[in-house]
Amino acid sequence: MLLIRCPYCEETLPEMEFTYAGEAHIVRPENPSDMSDEAWRDFLFIRSNVKGPHFERWRHSHGCARFFNAVRDTVSDRFLTTYKAGEPRPDLASLLSAAGQSESEK
Amino acid sequence: MTNFRVPGRGRVQHGKPVTFTFDSKTFRGLEGDTVASALLANGVHLMGRSFKYHRPRGPVSAGSEEPNALVGTRRGKGQFEPNTRATVQEIWNGLQVNSQNKYPSLKFDIGAVNDRAYMLFSAGFYYKTFMWPKSFWDKVYEPFIRSAAGLGVSPSEPDPDHYASRYLHTDVLVVGAGPAGLAAARSAASAGLRVTLVDENAEAGGTLLSEPQVEINGQPAWTWLASELAELEKLGVRIMTRTTAIGYYHQNMVGLCQKLTDHLKTPDAATPRERLWRVRAGQVILAQGALEKPLVFDGNDRPGVMLAGAAQTYLNRYGVRVGSRAVVATSHDSAWYAAFDLAEAGTFVEAIVDTRQEPRSDLVTEAKRRGITVLAGYTVTGTSGRLRVSSVRVNKVQNGKVLEAETLTCDCLLMCGGWTPSLHLFSHTKGSLQWDPEAQTFLPDRKTEDCQIAGAGRGLWGIEAALTDGRDMGAACAKALGKSPAVASVSVGNDRPGTGVSHTELPTDLNPGKARAFVDYQNDVTAKDLRLAVREGMRSIEHVKRYTTNGMATDQGKMSNINGLNIAADALGKPQPQVGLTTFRPPYTPTTFGALAGYHRGDHFEVTRKTPIDGWAEAHGAVFEPVSQWRRAWYFPKPGEDMEEAVSRECRATRASLGIFDASTLGKIEVVGPDAVEFMNRMYTNPWTKLAPGRTRYGLLLGDDGFIRDDGVIGRLTNDRFHITTTTGGAARVLNMMEDYLQTEWPDLKVWLTSTTEQWSTIALNGPNARNLLEPFVEGLDLSDEAFPHMSIAECTVAGFPSRLFRVSFTGELGFEVNVPARYGRALWEKLFEAGQKYDICPYGTETMHVLRAEKGYIIVGQDTDGTVTPYDAGQGWAVGKTKPDFVGKRGLARPDLAAEGRKQLVGLLTKDGKTKLEEGAQIVFDPNQPIPMKMVGHVTSSYHSVAAGRPIAMALVEGGYSRMGETVYIPMPFGTVEATITGTVFYDPEGERLKL
Repeated sequence: MLLIRCPYCEETLPEMEFTYAGEAHIVRPENPSDMSDEAWRDFLFIRSNVKGPHFERWRHSHGCARFFNAVRDTVSDRFLTTYKAGEPRPDLASLLSAAGQSESEK
Repeated sequence: MTNFRVPGRGRVQHGKPVTFTFDSKTFRGLEGDTVASALLANGVHLMGRSFKYHRPRGPVSAGSEEPNALVGTRRGKGQFEPNTRATVQEIWNGLQVNSQNKYPSLKFDIGAVNDRAYMLFSAGFYYKTFMWPKSFWDKVYEPFIRSAAGLGVSPSEPDPDHYASRYLHTDVLVVGAGPAGLAAARSAASAGLRVTLVDENAEAGGTLLSEPQVEINGQPAWTWLASELAELEKLGVRIMTRTTAIGYYHQNMVGLCQKLTDHLKTPDAATPRERLWRVRAGQVILAQGALEKPLVFDGNDRPGVMLAGAAQTYLNRYGVRVGSRAVVATSHDSAWYAAFDLAEAGTFVEAIVDTRQEPRSDLVTEAKRRGITVLAGYTVTGTSGRLRVSSVRVNKVQNGKVLEAETLTCDCLLMCGGWTPSLHLFSHTKGSLQWDPEAQTFLPDRKTEDCQIAGAGRGLWGIEAALTDGRDMGAACAKALGKSPAVASVSVGNDRPGTGVSHTELPTDLNPGKARAFVDYQNDVTAKDLRLAVREGMRSIEHVKRYTTNGMATDQGKMSNINGLNIAADALGKPQPQVGLTTFRPPYTPTTFGALAGYHRGDHFEVTRKTPIDGWAEAHGAVFEPVSQWRRAWYFPKPGEDMEEAVSRECRATRASLGIFDASTLGKIEVVGPDAVEFMNRMYTNPWTKLAPGRTRYGLLLGDDGFIRDDGVIGRLTNDRFHITTTTGGAARVLNMMEDYLQTEWPDLKVWLTSTTEQWSTIALNGPNARNLLEPFVEGLDLSDEAFPHMSIAECTVAGFPSRLFRVSFTGELGFEVNVPARYGRALWEKLFEAGQKYDICPYGTETMHVLRAEKGYIIVGQDTDGTVTPYDAGQGWAVGKTKPDFVGKRGLARPDLAAEGRKQLVGLLTKDGKTKLEEGAQIVFDPNQPIPMKMVGHVTSSYHSVAAGRPIAMALVEGGYSRMGETVYIPMPFGTVEATITGTVFYDPEGERLKL
């Protein structure tokens, strides 16, 4: 069972308290009616499905109930970081190098 | 019967006899025995029949890796367990043990004909044999396979035992209490850490229990062990025996299964049988040791053929000689010591057969000193004996040539093909492995978790190496956790270090195609099967595994994986690391469903939500149905009534006068804030701006894809406050969706959402007398149709209770829904029910609710819709606010496929004969005479017998349904094809006059 840090509660808690909520940084367009069919299809359905670091949303359902963002490696399941909804994407390169350092300490 | 017990030897209690039965025959063992050791002490090796060929089998190991000696154990009524490993189950007075996979008896088994027909049952047998004709599958092949397959029989009674689960947080978890684990625990605990030490055996000690000759720091092994355990206890180490680490999960969570009562005759009733621990550890030390490999040769599965290390354990730990005349066949030094120990205990060792041309000279000297014949550079080419090995065929190998055979007489053959580090738990973490060409085995490489591997688990051999490595790994963990451990020196005497070589199947002078050289004992996979799989095109080890089932039995290939890999790699002509190892998966050993389920069984399997009125319904004979997690009154049968009669009566009574219904499970969400109306406009399809406080509206909620997600009546209490109702099952989902949009898309809106489902009790009154009943109870509100028309909401008091009163109807009759704080629900219900007697008030359940709403064509989201239905498909287009600039789903509804002609649309269906009630879910076709498979054009979503219509009614989703009014469709059923006419969905009071009373 994963341990996840809620950026609002500032606590690391068991996965059971959280719910996965899909890919992050997919913003609902301001005026959906102006969107082409293709653009709307992409917004609804097309996801990056990466092997590796994935920007994704979680909800602290059984805690503060806030939605927040995370970067999780889909291969190792390891969380690289979590951050509040609305904050910009963290820099992946520095996250990975930080993770690499802690990895090599083992 | 010969007694193979060695007086005074081992850790069993020689003064404490224990009797148990095996296949109804009584046997005597000693306290501390396992089933296997006790039977072996009685000279019994034959303990089971194999899975596929029904070959006679005896124990090959002395531990949890045992593939052969699987038995059924009965501890009492309902307490039957199949496939218990006889090598693990401890005996107690009265334990009942049965052998498996035999008929009529273990010694004479009809299924053994499979063994004679082994040429037919080769690798891929199932894939090849049960293909044709196709029609044979259901009636011949599957029943045959089902009755022949499976190990043992399933228990047939409910399990009366209870199971527990707990969490544990510890600084260091040490898995395995052998020398490496003990030393690791000591290091970590001395550094001041909280340490947990677990071992699957009945007592701690691991290899030390089988090697009492060792001296540690000047003390005999067992003396040292006792004082070391006492020292660990003093340091606060939690030591858990009979506890298996079954899985190693993310972020150092390890699952443990602790067996608490299986070894006891009369366990305390309060003690759970097993306890599942979820341990979160700062550091994990895997000190699981290594597992001995069999040698692969013809007849290596005969009872009496056993791993040499196992024989050594039976002798030194249990005081049992596994035979009186032994041949030892080995490719590793360790088996020589087993031979020496047995010889000392009085077993005649016929010969030590070593596959190596030049075994270690000190071992050879020692053997000669004991008068044991040494056959170096030999191979084993066969065994004989029906139910027990009686002789072994061995041949000298010279320059790669197998010379003439010699026959050695024996009653046990002890083999050793080297040792495999136990990497199961490490593999669970996706840690990578590296092939060690010298040791011919995989060793742990890159780690993904905060763990260390100590001792034989990483290829080290001997007690001193294990103790030193365990000590250092324990210290490494302590350091990683910020402690500075003190490291003591260790001295070991009488250690037995050694090395060995690894083999594929042993060379033979006989036809290798006829050799029954087993690699996987439990699944009856032979070396020939593996080579055949490669010949037939399997290239990946994963394919070879699945084609042959090698390593797929409940022992997870503990003994067979490396032998299997060696043979597959040889057949493929590739080095082992290029062929790769299959993945080990949890659990490490078979684990009961009871342990995994823990408390979550019976009434505690899932939460049962009950409304405040549930107790009244139960007292009044309600039959209940589960609706999501709720238990809801389904119908209220009177004595002698069946469901149909009760529902008909409830429907009639409600339409004629008055029905009362517990609607408390309806989801409720309070939407409050200055931007509440804007939020409602964006979430729901309907326009809300002009809805006046005090009025309600039917709201429809879509996803952004345009499909219906939920619906419900929503009241506006004040300008900034809405009372939403949702479907019973959708409440949590709807709130989650709203929170999602509010928090992440529109964080600027000043709106607060609160789930109020369980804060309100909701009582629905329906029928022409609803107002007559309610009026006298209501204060502060004029209930007349003029003052409080259909689709109104008001706050008032009802019977003195503060209330939110809706005038709303899900039945088509005059209706009110009274919401009172949940704690008053039952009191109000009872008052209304009592006062309602003069109107023949009738409590009704969910079934009647369904019928009454269907008569009016009111949809149920999730029944009449299925996640692919738009408001227009469901006839709810009127609820879509077309002039709003945006709402969730508006753009989705304009997607080409959602706006296309000919979509499935919700219509009514009336069967032509006026009698047949259609089956919900039944498929619909336009042409009943077309060839099968027919083109299905829709399905029945709702179907009931309608009292009001005097006939069955149904709703259905049908392609282009709106343009097919009056047309005939066909519903093919097993009993014949039903004809039905497409109609509108309103079957009762189409003008809605009854709502306006």
